[in-house]
Amino acid sequence: MTQMNMVQAINDALRFEMKRDDRVVILGEDVGKVGGVFRVTAGLYDEFGDDRVIDTPLSEGGIIGTAIGMALYGLRPVPEIQFSDFIFPAYDQIVSELAKYRYRSGGEFPCPMVIRTPVGGGIRGGHYHSQSPEAQFIHVAGLKVVCPATPADAKGLLLSAMRDPDPVLFFEPKRIYRAAKGEVPDGDYTVPLGKANVVRGGEHVTLVTWGAMLYEALDAANKAAAEGVQVEVIDLRTLWPLDIDTIVASVKKTGRVVVVHEAPRSCGLGGEIVSLINEKAFLHLEAPPKRVCGFDTPFPYTLENEYLPLSHRIVPALLETARF
Amino acid sequence: MTTDTLESVTHGTSRRLPDDALAPDVVRILSPDGTLLADEPGVSDEEAVALYRAMARTRIIDERAVLLQRQGRIGFHIGSLGEEATVLGSAYALRGTDWLFPCYREFGAALLRGMPLQRYFDNLYGNASDPAKGRQMPDHWCYRDARVGSVSSPIGTQITQAVGFAWAARIRRDPLVALVYFGEGATSSNEFHNGLNFAGVFKTPNVFLCRNNGWAISVPTERQTASESFAAKGVAYGVPAVRCDGNDVLAVLQVTRQAVERAARGEGPTLVEALTYRMSGHSTSDDPTRYRPEEQLSPWGKLDPMHRLRRYLEARVGWSDGKQQALEEQVAGELKTVIETAEKSSAPALETLFDDVFATLPWHLQEQRAELLSGPRAKGH
Repeated sequence: MTQMNMVQAINDALRFEMKRDDRVVILGEDVGKVGGVFRVTAGLYDEFGDDRVIDTPLSEGGIIGTAIGMALYGLRPVPEIQFSDFIFPAYDQIVSELAKYRYRSGGEFPCPMVIRTPVGGGIRGGHYHSQSPEAQFIHVAGLKVVCPATPADAKGLLLSAMRDPDPVLFFEPKRIYRAAKGEVPDGDYTVPLGKANVVRGGEHVTLVTWGAMLYEALDAANKAAAEGVQVEVIDLRTLWPLDIDTIVASVKKTGRVVVVHEAPRSCGLGGEIVSLINEKAFLHLEAPPKRVCGFDTPFPYTLENEYLPLSHRIVPALLETARF
Repeated sequence: MTTDTLESVTHGTSRRLPDDALAPDVVRILSPDGTLLADEPGVSDEEAVALYRAMARTRIIDERAVLLQRQGRIGFHIGSLGEEATVLGSAYALRGTDWLFPCYREFGAALLRGMPLQRYFDNLYGNASDPAKGRQMPDHWCYRDARVGSVSSPIGTQITQAVGFAWAARIRRDPLVALVYFGEGATSSNEFHNGLNFAGVFKTPNVFLCRNNGWAISVPTERQTASESFAAKGVAYGVPAVRCDGNDVLAVLQVTRQAVERAARGEGPTLVEALTYRMSGHSTSDDPTRYRPEEQLSPWGKLDPMHRLRRYLEARVGWSDGKQQALEEQVAGELKTVIETAEKSSAPALETLFDDVFATLPWHLQEQRAELLSGPRAKGH
């Protein structure tokens, strides 16, 4: 075990897998010599050379389009999109091509790759360095979507994603790139995709969240506990296909649920989670499910802490739900 | 080719082929009447016959597919009428180890590479025998065994993919070349720009085969670019470009072969603009009379790629009406068998709807599959 932050843990996973599997290549803007604008790929260019850690022209469509070609050939590309706000020029390649290759070819052309991209707010990045577009990819059949909240999970989930037979969008919560620290297992360490983590036990309210908001959720849970409300906090880790069994088991126990995410509320993943709970645990519910989310506005610069579903907004939602 | 003929040919609504076709940089080996313009044809007589047979087979299949659509037996067809020299000549230039990334008009190229005709028709019918289980509309096939990629409908997306594929091969020291097809309309797309830009920067072993057939559905070439030619677009990317008469199969074969050899030598990508003409509508869903004057077709008819090669073969190897008839009967026989077989096959099994979304079926698709299987049935498949 080694103490690491998220950036170090992801770097460790990339290095481990590049040593283990020579088909793994990294490509993207500034990923090579400078090691990425967040330094996530630091040192890899020197270690593996410019055939495997590739600084590309400034074009997300070109990065993902060529990465698809590499995957079809048999490499295991790990393209980086510098900010998930910049992923949209590649949306056609991801939605129309990457997600559909296996299906449209009857399995003849699987297209495994991991698209790594920083996500979320909290770094004073304004509209274009802060958004959380996960739902736009979950809605596309054929993509898996992952968002770790701890360094150990970042490593374990990334190694699983790089070995997965399907394309994975790997969202890295940039707000906690360096703030989240923890013990990370050395060497080969995987966390299975599709398994949530119950981070904190509690019998009164279930709180489902992921990414950077996990820490706000835990803070809110502690404050709720001071008010006598015990909150069970679930870190989803894999956003799609999500771990429905863990969510339903918890809601059947508590009868109450709050979902917290940074993305805008309407048609966000929280809406889908609440629908699934209604379908699978309706008769166990003691209160209306609640969502604490970003607003249906563009992500603001100056007022970002008002926009984000931080602890001060989560606490009243927990108490209201518990006392309904 | 006489000047009279050339001047009567219009390309699109105002851009004229004569200007293009008379340009000294346009490679041509066979004149429209089948006369050899070069010192050497670049192919043996046997190869010329093989090319002719492949082109003729493609056209016969094409015409039958249109008929099947008109009869309501298949839902859609998009073909290569008039563009057979471009499609077959370029595919013929590839070596066995090379890869082909199709647009959607190149079923003839896939068949030439060895895709079974039955497989093609199973796609046209979207039946249970279709390896893709009827998930894609007609003319959206793939065939890995013959190193033929997978057709999709969005324009230009295959271009960057072919670049990534060739790039990966080079990283792995695998000496293959990847050829990618697209129409001139696709040169307006993001991925044409991305593909050529990446290919130029990384010197990937690619051949970019632009079928300039004059039309992107109803939009003529002059609405795609103000550039003098589509080949000229290669300049800014550092990708050498060459134009050829796309109705001259020997010219298409020669320039593509040179581009393949150049890529295989590690000298990087080439853009080939083949000047041809779409003699049909965009697809069976299109009505070209709404935007294209019929009088444009007849001069192009005189430049027909089949006619030109046939005249050549008549002079070289005595290609005759008898041989032609035997060829047509042979293809008709093939078609009879594959159509009968395709029509005997049923619709794909319901549960296949959920396969191949992912490598294994996640819980939510298991639930939805159970819901479909236990629910009421739709009609019309």
